[in-house]
Amino acid sequence: MTSVSTPARQAAADPRRAKAKPGSTGWFFATPFLVFFGLFLVVPLGIGLWMSFTDTSLTGAGGSSFVGLDNYTEAIGDGQVWRTLGNTVWFTVLSSVPLVLVALVMALLVYTGMPGQWLWRLSFFASHLLPVAVVYQVWNMLFQPDRGMLNGLLDLVGIDGIGWLTDESYAMWSLALVTLWWTVGFNFLLYLAALQAIPDHLYEAAALDGAGAWRRLWSVTLPQLRRTTVMIAVLQMMASLKVFDQIYLLTRGGPDGATRPILEYIYDTGFTNYRLGYASAISYVFFGVIIILSLAQLKIFSRRED
Amino acid sequence: MAPGTLSPAARRNPRSTMPREVARRRRHGGDRAWHPTLGTGPLPRVLTLLALALMAVVWLVPFGWGVDTSFKSEVDASASGVDWLPDAGFTLNAYRTIFDQGNLPVWAVNSVVIAVCVTALTVAVSAMAAYAFSRTLFRGRRVVFAVIVASILVPPQILIVPLFRQMLAMNLVDTYAAVILPQVVAPAMVFILKKFFDGIPRELEEAARIDGAGNFRVFWSVVLPLSRPILAAVAIFVFINTWNNFLWPFISTSDPQLMTLPVGLSTVKDSTGLRNAQESAASVLGSLPLLIVFMLFQRRIVKSVATTGLGGQ
Repeated sequence: MTSVSTPARQAAADPRRAKAKPGSTGWFFATPFLVFFGLFLVVPLGIGLWMSFTDTSLTGAGGSSFVGLDNYTEAIGDGQVWRTLGNTVWFTVLSSVPLVLVALVMALLVYTGMPGQWLWRLSFFASHLLPVAVVYQVWNMLFQPDRGMLNGLLDLVGIDGIGWLTDESYAMWSLALVTLWWTVGFNFLLYLAALQAIPDHLYEAAALDGAGAWRRLWSVTLPQLRRTTVMIAVLQMMASLKVFDQIYLLTRGGPDGATRPILEYIYDTGFTNYRLGYASAISYVFFGVIIILSLAQLKIFSRRED
Repeated sequence: MAPGTLSPAARRNPRSTMPREVARRRRHGGDRAWHPTLGTGPLPRVLTLLALALMAVVWLVPFGWGVDTSFKSEVDASASGVDWLPDAGFTLNAYRTIFDQGNLPVWAVNSVVIAVCVTALTVAVSAMAAYAFSRTLFRGRRVVFAVIVASILVPPQILIVPLFRQMLAMNLVDTYAAVILPQVVAPAMVFILKKFFDGIPRELEEAARIDGAGNFRVFWSVVLPLSRPILAAVAIFVFINTWNNFLWPFISTSDPQLMTLPVGLSTVKDSTGLRNAQESAASVLGSLPLLIVFMLFQRRIVKSVATTGLGGQ
């Protein structure tokens, strides 16, 4: 994701080396995608932006009149916007850290070439293939306070069961746990691929210098994975900020709004309270926050690359 | 991978490093007395195996519990969280109910048709666009590409309402087109493909151009054949996402004849109330197709992820 600057890549990016003539068939190749892009991304984005300046309602009642920046001033002063934004960021922190670390541990363990590669890869990646409704169905059973497996297991070791999804102090952690189980497989595969791409001669040189296994891990493997880690962390943060489905299904944002992410607030405002105009304005505030966070990340990471 | 660590051959052609390194390790790995990340002696191996087994169990238990529950009677399914063997024995009742009430063959066909169409269209238009941005010059190329990359940040959920109104206006609600067309926009895939195309050596293209090939020939006979692994990877990503997509097919169709598997299975649930065994059976049926595909093509899929270039750098 971050800028790559091997000599070959710079050459490839240099348009003077391309033999294509300016004004040639480039537009023709880009057009089919751009038609889809325009119709189904730019236009709805534009409609949403327009709605954010109106009092459009889902029921269509009262028509939709232009209200200027009213929705935006309301959003800035709306405590729920900031609270749900805070929840979203908290979830992003709680889920991203283990999603990177556990994926790394999994990949390092599988990379050792232990027998059963097929089984390990299947175990760690298969949950990534499940639709969200299935994730909800299974974990909702496991989390049941009275008859769920997790409290049953706690009971076996003599610990009182907890309200996994109903106790404010545990609910967000439980959701991060579900998300870890569901999506860690993709990061695991990315790490595994990166490990396989580390050239052997680095390890051979380290071994000649008398480096043991731990030393090779710290001085060769982990430094070589830095670029991949940055990329996985960035992708993961973007994905976690957009969390909605699993939280909506498992807790509906509860208990008492403690896990409600901002996308659920947008959804509730638009579909439950029918205020499409206001929901659009919050969407755009959130979109702005995402852009700012991405630019900040880009700045931090591209500085470290140099 | 840091530039300084590449071998001279690799520096000339970075694309070739990874497969070569992997292949070399495959051939010679067995000769070496030690593993890159593993200590010598039996203890590290035993500990590694134990850790792997433990994590695999933790990751597989929720699967096992779902499958187990789907074969229980409803009474046993809601009885206890730790009994894997039900009092009343295993039964196929949950599956029978779903097959009787649902329209599984129709939903399965819809899922396949929609996922295949979205995947084919997305790969085609994304590859063409990526070629345009990577290998041709035209006015506005950089700006348009920057806009496409930036659009990766748009949370798809905020587009749902405007998109639905658009579909109403275009009179497309409750058609295959309404489900398929909006899912074809995948800016991240254009970005990944463009990155890969950038790495294809110019020499091959130049040779073809000297022979008189135009953009179409270069695209069709040089770039596409060299990009098979990445095209497969993109196709796999898109297929998984489309197959599991719930929100958009749910909103854009209300006709049971057009529902996909996840949407259809969710309606069976709703019409019968909350039932653990039946929901589990629906979950098993809904996830089985992709899991089978993954088991059959696992090696390929893992390799494809590596070739996105996402993994190697």
